[in-house]
Amino acid sequence: MDLLNALVLLANFMLVPALTYGCQLALGALGVTLIYSILRFSNFAHGETMAFGTAATILLTWWLQSMGVSFGPLPTALIAMPFGALAAVLLLLASDRVVYRFHRRQRATPVLLLIASLGVMFFYNGLIRFIIGPDDRIFTDGARFIVSAREFKAMTGLSQGLAIKTTQGITVLMTVILVAALFWFLTYTRTGKSMRAYSDNRDLALLSGINPDTVVRVAWILTAILATVAGVLYGLDKSFKPFTYLQILLPIFAAAIVGGLGSPLGAVAGGFIIAFSEVAVTFAYKRVIGYIVPPEWAPDTLVQFLSTDYKFAVSFTILVIVLLIRPTGIFRGQTL
Amino acid sequence: MMRNIGLFAVMAGLIALVGFIQSWSLALAILNLCLISAVMSLGVNIQWGYAGLLNVGVMGFAALGGLAAVLVSMPPVTEAWSNGGGRLLLAAAWFALVVVAVLFARSRLRGAIRSWSIVLLIAVGYFVLRHVADPAVAAIESTNPASTGYLGGLGAPIMFSWLLGGVFAAGAAWLIGKVALGLRSDYLAIATLGISEIVIAVIKNEDWLARGVKNVAGLPRPVPYEVELQQAPWVQDWAQSTGMSLIEMSSVIVKLSYAGLFVVVLLALIWLCETALRSPWGRMLRAIRDNETAAAAMGKDVKARHLQVFVLGSAVIGIAGAMLTTLDGQFTPGSYQPLRFTFLIWVMVIVGGSGNNWGAVLGGFVVWFFWVEAEPLGLWLMELITSGMAEDNALRLHLIESAAHMRLMTMGVVLLLVLRFSPRGLIPER
Repeated sequence: MDLLNALVLLANFMLVPALTYGCQLALGALGVTLIYSILRFSNFAHGETMAFGTAATILLTWWLQSMGVSFGPLPTALIAMPFGALAAVLLLLASDRVVYRFHRRQRATPVLLLIASLGVMFFYNGLIRFIIGPDDRIFTDGARFIVSAREFKAMTGLSQGLAIKTTQGITVLMTVILVAALFWFLTYTRTGKSMRAYSDNRDLALLSGINPDTVVRVAWILTAILATVAGVLYGLDKSFKPFTYLQILLPIFAAAIVGGLGSPLGAVAGGFIIAFSEVAVTFAYKRVIGYIVPPEWAPDTLVQFLSTDYKFAVSFTILVIVLLIRPTGIFRGQTL
Repeated sequence: MMRNIGLFAVMAGLIALVGFIQSWSLALAILNLCLISAVMSLGVNIQWGYAGLLNVGVMGFAALGGLAAVLVSMPPVTEAWSNGGGRLLLAAAWFALVVVAVLFARSRLRGAIRSWSIVLLIAVGYFVLRHVADPAVAAIESTNPASTGYLGGLGAPIMFSWLLGGVFAAGAAWLIGKVALGLRSDYLAIATLGISEIVIAVIKNEDWLARGVKNVAGLPRPVPYEVELQQAPWVQDWAQSTGMSLIEMSSVIVKLSYAGLFVVVLLALIWLCETALRSPWGRMLRAIRDNETAAAAMGKDVKARHLQVFVLGSAVIGIAGAMLTTLDGQFTPGSYQPLRFTFLIWVMVIVGGSGNNWGAVLGGFVVWFFWVEAEPLGLWLMELITSGMAEDNALRLHLIESAAHMRLMTMGVVLLLVLRFSPRGLIPER
């Protein structure tokens, strides 16, 4: 019984949050990896793209809410999300047209494009604060829990509850659908195949008549959609604050590199690796151990490896280990 | 040449204009920060301009410099040392031992034994470290936490920290360069972003080191205090003869003394940089930057040179960080925002002209000047635009409120415009 309680406790505070966070990181890392494999640079503006898509979604959600529209037990933001994604698509395509295309035609080095993306990042940064402000926004509505802790306790008779928030369920479900759709698109459609060919060998792809402009455009569109969904899910799960989207950039890059920059499968795997290690290392095991060992052995400290203030250190450490041992990442990145 | 001197003259004119219109004290405050920005952008220019290395963690290295200022100048807290200092030193020795053991295992063992022994060493090392260090840290942090709660520093003159700050930053740069150099260029950018986040997280949370977010205030100064100056007869005479108030006069003298110190550092660094850039070493670096493969074929050790340049550039940034904390007179870890200010330094280098030391310095002046003056200018502009609207118009209020956020956005646009239309900057590389 105590062992079961310990497992439920672990599931409730570690497994479920890490799974959700992993999904959000995976979606974010997929966007970074897509841009990397097609355009060959690390897009520092990705965090802000997520924030922009989310901000647009929030504005629309508020409007819908004021019109009395709701999505039953699901958050209204899900209705607004496609339109938020559309706004992000337009923004990214405009940035490509105005900024990146010029440097691409100049055959600029990846580092120069990276610096340009820093400029774009701070442009978005101001834009987002202009349209929605720097404050914390909570925009989730609908039912709060799929299973609440009290229901779970009543159902199983355990003293520990397992709560699953609606937003967590949606996050996992949306991620599965979106990742499956993306892989199907890349593997089976004509455009997807041409994208893989382009990322694999640009010259050969051009020679065989693939239109580079189309490939680049589709990459930006997919990235905008992925970024918006990742951002909205993150915002629903926690809350929307533009600054946190700046900070999530490091775990996202770490996830993409750990999995292998340029490999979509790697991005998903990397997202979960980073999320699970971050949560596992910053989790306080005191109560779990309290259930397993006899009472007189119970620890009086929190049994926490690192305080939550150092969660960035976890992503960074994993990144360093991967760079030292296997710089191409787990799934040998570079191409789609 | 004439054009470059002209550009610097215009800059000096702008600062003088602030002196005439706003106040001399403000003009000198801007000048001092311009000088520090110039040193920082010199450091970034060494990395980016000479070798094409991308450092996105400038603020982390600057924070290490600031930490050095605290550790050098503050008096040691003897009570905290006697409460937990010895135990903490023991923990430090243990940490060093574990690091040496891991490095030994990494170089001497092979295969699965190597991996497992490293994991085991780190695990055992970690738990013993926590066991030894935790009580010491608790003892130190509970020693009079309202005013100290940390180990204090060496109590030495604060100017020494400018050197030590450079050493700290160079050490961090060496570690990160060892890992990330020699791989693809973006990895260095991401790794530096990571190290700066961690450096700042450590400084914020390890209260025993430099009081964390409780800040260390009242750092000793290398220049006299205003209150002392106001007592001095010659200051009173000067104030009378120039018609300034005594307070204004003393603040101007203090800021001028700082400016004098900073100018000496800046000129020394520029001289060193220019000499290095003209030497065979500098030519080799440019050759590597322009064509790595060709340089490697000529027998140049590309990775070693990159590491060298990266460490040197970071050391300069560390010096600037220590100067910044010296000027502020306090160390506030919460104010180091990794990406935001790093980006500002980047704009300085690119606007000024990457690869040219004078360009980087000019960029530091220009960008910092407009960064400071953009706030009054932006507010004035917004009020001008919205002057036709009613006093409580929602759009007007929103526009005026968000004027403050427009600064970063403007910097983003400036960077993009320069990259596109004038990629060589104000003073191009020769």
